[in-house]
Amino acid sequence: MDMKLPEPVEGLSGQGLNIALAVDGVHKRFDNGFVALKGIDLQVRQGEMLCLLGPSGCGKTTLLRIIAGLETQTDGRIVQNGRDISWLPPVKRDYGIVFQSYALFPNLTIADNIAYGLVNRRKPKAEVKARVAELLTLVGLPTSGDKHPGQLSGGQQQRIALARALATGPRLLLLDEPLSALDALERVRLRGEIRRLQQQLGVTTIMVTHDQDEALSMADRIVVMNHGVIEQIGTPHDIYERAATPFVADFVGTVNVLPAVALGQDRFRVGRLELQCAEGCSTHAAGEPVRLYLRPEDRVAEGSLAGIPNRVWGRVGKVEFLGGSCVAEMCIEELDDQPLQIYFSLNQMHDLGVRVGHRMELALRSDRIRVFDAKALQ
Amino acid sequence: MNASAELSPPRLLPGKRPHALRLSRDDVIARHGLVLVVAFLVLFLLAPMAAIFVHAVQDNDGHFVGLTHFTGYLQSPALLGAVWRSVWVSVTVVLVSVPMAFVFAYALTRSCAPLKGTFRLIALIPLLAPSLLSAIAFIQWFGNQGVLKGMLGWFGLSTIYGAPGIILAEVYNTFPHALMILLTALSLADGRLFEAADSLGTTRWRKFFTITLPSCKYGLISAVTVVFTYVISDFGAPKVIGGNFNVLSVDVFKQVVGQQNFGRGAVVGLLLLIPSIISFFIDSQARRHLRAQLSARSVPFTPRPHRRFDALMTAYCALVCLLLLSVVGMALWTSFIKLWPYDLSLTLKHYRYALIESDFAPAYGNSLKLGAITAVFGSMAVFIGAYLIEKTRGLEFVRPLIHLLAMLSMAVPGLVLGLGYIMFFNHPNNPLNFLYSTMTILVLSVIVHYYTSSHLTAVTALKQIDNEFESVSASLRVPFYKTFFRVTLPVCLPAVLDIARYYFVVSMATLSGVVFLYSPDTVLASVAIMNLDEAGDIGPAAALASMTVLTSIAVCLLYALATRVLLMKTQAWRRTGR
Repeated sequence: MDMKLPEPVEGLSGQGLNIALAVDGVHKRFDNGFVALKGIDLQVRQGEMLCLLGPSGCGKTTLLRIIAGLETQTDGRIVQNGRDISWLPPVKRDYGIVFQSYALFPNLTIADNIAYGLVNRRKPKAEVKARVAELLTLVGLPTSGDKHPGQLSGGQQQRIALARALATGPRLLLLDEPLSALDALERVRLRGEIRRLQQQLGVTTIMVTHDQDEALSMADRIVVMNHGVIEQIGTPHDIYERAATPFVADFVGTVNVLPAVALGQDRFRVGRLELQCAEGCSTHAAGEPVRLYLRPEDRVAEGSLAGIPNRVWGRVGKVEFLGGSCVAEMCIEELDDQPLQIYFSLNQMHDLGVRVGHRMELALRSDRIRVFDAKALQ
Repeated sequence: MNASAELSPPRLLPGKRPHALRLSRDDVIARHGLVLVVAFLVLFLLAPMAAIFVHAVQDNDGHFVGLTHFTGYLQSPALLGAVWRSVWVSVTVVLVSVPMAFVFAYALTRSCAPLKGTFRLIALIPLLAPSLLSAIAFIQWFGNQGVLKGMLGWFGLSTIYGAPGIILAEVYNTFPHALMILLTALSLADGRLFEAADSLGTTRWRKFFTITLPSCKYGLISAVTVVFTYVISDFGAPKVIGGNFNVLSVDVFKQVVGQQNFGRGAVVGLLLLIPSIISFFIDSQARRHLRAQLSARSVPFTPRPHRRFDALMTAYCALVCLLLLSVVGMALWTSFIKLWPYDLSLTLKHYRYALIESDFAPAYGNSLKLGAITAVFGSMAVFIGAYLIEKTRGLEFVRPLIHLLAMLSMAVPGLVLGLGYIMFFNHPNNPLNFLYSTMTILVLSVIVHYYTSSHLTAVTALKQIDNEFESVSASLRVPFYKTFFRVTLPVCLPAVLDIARYYFVVSMATLSGVVFLYSPDTVLASVAIMNLDEAGDIGPAAALASMTVLTSIAVCLLYALATRVLLMKTQAWRRTGR
């Protein structure tokens, strides 16, 4: 698993080298009996951006709040830079935090907001002022110091919240759905900026999000969570291309799910179709029911398909236009009634003449098909 | 594939596992604060209530007598009569006051009548008056030498003293209470419903019965319970205009102050508590639904002009306002004329007597003092209490308890609270006995008696500000109390000032809570009005009542002015909007 990791900021004694934060067997049961987290183990590396991704109620926010000391774990430990912080109150921990709601103090100016934590540390006035100016420049709002939060846009306010969290130079940055309250354009712009800042400063960051695009575009590694457990930890590429569980495959990106029966030797029967998958893709014995997961873009449609396995003929049923690309719903005779979602770029649409009613040949990429147990999907 | 195998996890030694976070200094301070709030409410609300229960089963020497007082009470037809009279008078007031307020609120929210703001202000004036004022005014209108005494005959009445007087006075007193609730309920209407109805060609009447009434059902329920509880536990009006018409609240007073029969008084106090507690639960259910409606997303309804309807509504509002003003007006006039009906020349002698010459001269000053002290300490105590519940962590079991106690204070009529205070604090073995007959105990009783709505105001304001301020401060290692003074308090300043004004106004007007607690040194305006009236000095009584209302009106105007200036100076950030 090749990963580009930033150089460790500082060495640590013991076995936790490079590990900025370790979550060890954390369990959370709320007073009403709801179990939010079940034995979470996680290591966050020095300087990386880790995204906790999952649907609402999966426990990602609870985990972040436990790391921040805003919730108390029922069991398990949290170690930051070799220091056990499991039972420390928030004020004794070392992190900066940014919330979805910005949580800027409305009655203080932007400069006072950013200086809020610095002033308390009895830093000289000039030093505070310089640091505030530096941070304002860093987040691209050098002239906003005298304004009040109410005068800024949502994205600008979130930049200030970020500056406030970074002002005291914490060794860990926690982002709790920082982009969810913003409109679509602002969201995309800010996600690039947060990532740039994070890499520039090399600050270890944990971000909670339910937005897969955010996680895929920003993270060094993604932790996909569901029902209080970790489904998969990996790079964005791992998560998307090699989903470890049906949940991950389903939650991240779109996917065609085909009920199938294993025939042995990496071959599967789907409807009246026989599909070849990559070697060693499953351990299912012949006759076992499985599900095949195939992403809409994992097909070959151009050039000669001769010699490529898994060729099928299909008729275009419906076309959904998405701008630069389209999703065509293909009806494949051998699959009976189940349509297959297939991506085409707009250019491919024109070049291949894809339109409603058009009949064409495709090959489903054998190296891309993921095989899961039929029982695994709830 | 699962990445957990990528890195060898640091071996964590299984250590001792505590079950809660270690407490920071912040946590310790916050917890002490919470405990103080609980102690305050237990000591000044719960303990006095418990004292009543204890006294109900004791004789005056402290011996246990079981249910003797109860059986004695139930065997006395005169006293049972008081229960019946209290109930039917209260029901009658509900039947008059609530519909009257409903139509008024309907006019203010659903018509294009002119002068709506003025109508609203006039309708709320009774809130500023002691409940005695209306009774005095009605005596002047309809009493034995009243201007309109002749009108009584039209209704087959021979005298205003008794039920008719109480009902009139209480309708006046409860009208603004009902109005405020119904205004809220009616203003929650979703304009889209009416637009949908209009597009379907629905008539005005059908819209009223299918949209308006159902949407303010809970408001109506709430108004009914509030009015009923107010009347059944009010003491001022029946005392002044009730004549020989004995009701429960006056009965408590007679038992305790007149006959020093604490056991019997405790029994009547408990009886008074029953309807209050029942109303309290009905009301809190209704309010929960009301709040649910409030949070729902809706488009406010904007009335459209409709000439005949608007004219009718304007006429109604004008008439009601005229009636309301005639009451205050009569009190004012009475305070300025020499001797009704013989000498109508104007004079200031009643004011001179009430404020300088009589035994009750210090009363007005005492009331001002009570109002000022209560405004300052009450608003602080309530706001800090609400802040600790809403924004700090730890001692989770204490929070619902504080909230419950805070809500419960509304369920305890002032008269019952006052009764509890004498029984609890006057007890020779109580180390807090020194509080008895001081200004302090008056302040405490008023703070506790009016805790509920102040608490709700504070909680609402606190809920509107971001919940993560404290988390952010903690992550920046700023103690929570610094954030409280630097951010939370300034942001909530309007609400705090609102609570302070409320406390001032109720301190000026309250009677039932303090009637057991004053001493000659701490006699209050409302108590003085009652005593002056009893001594036949109706002019000075009216003078003092007028002073009270005018002071409260002045304070409200001053408040409006001051907050405007203050907000301009300190809340510049608010105007920038978003």
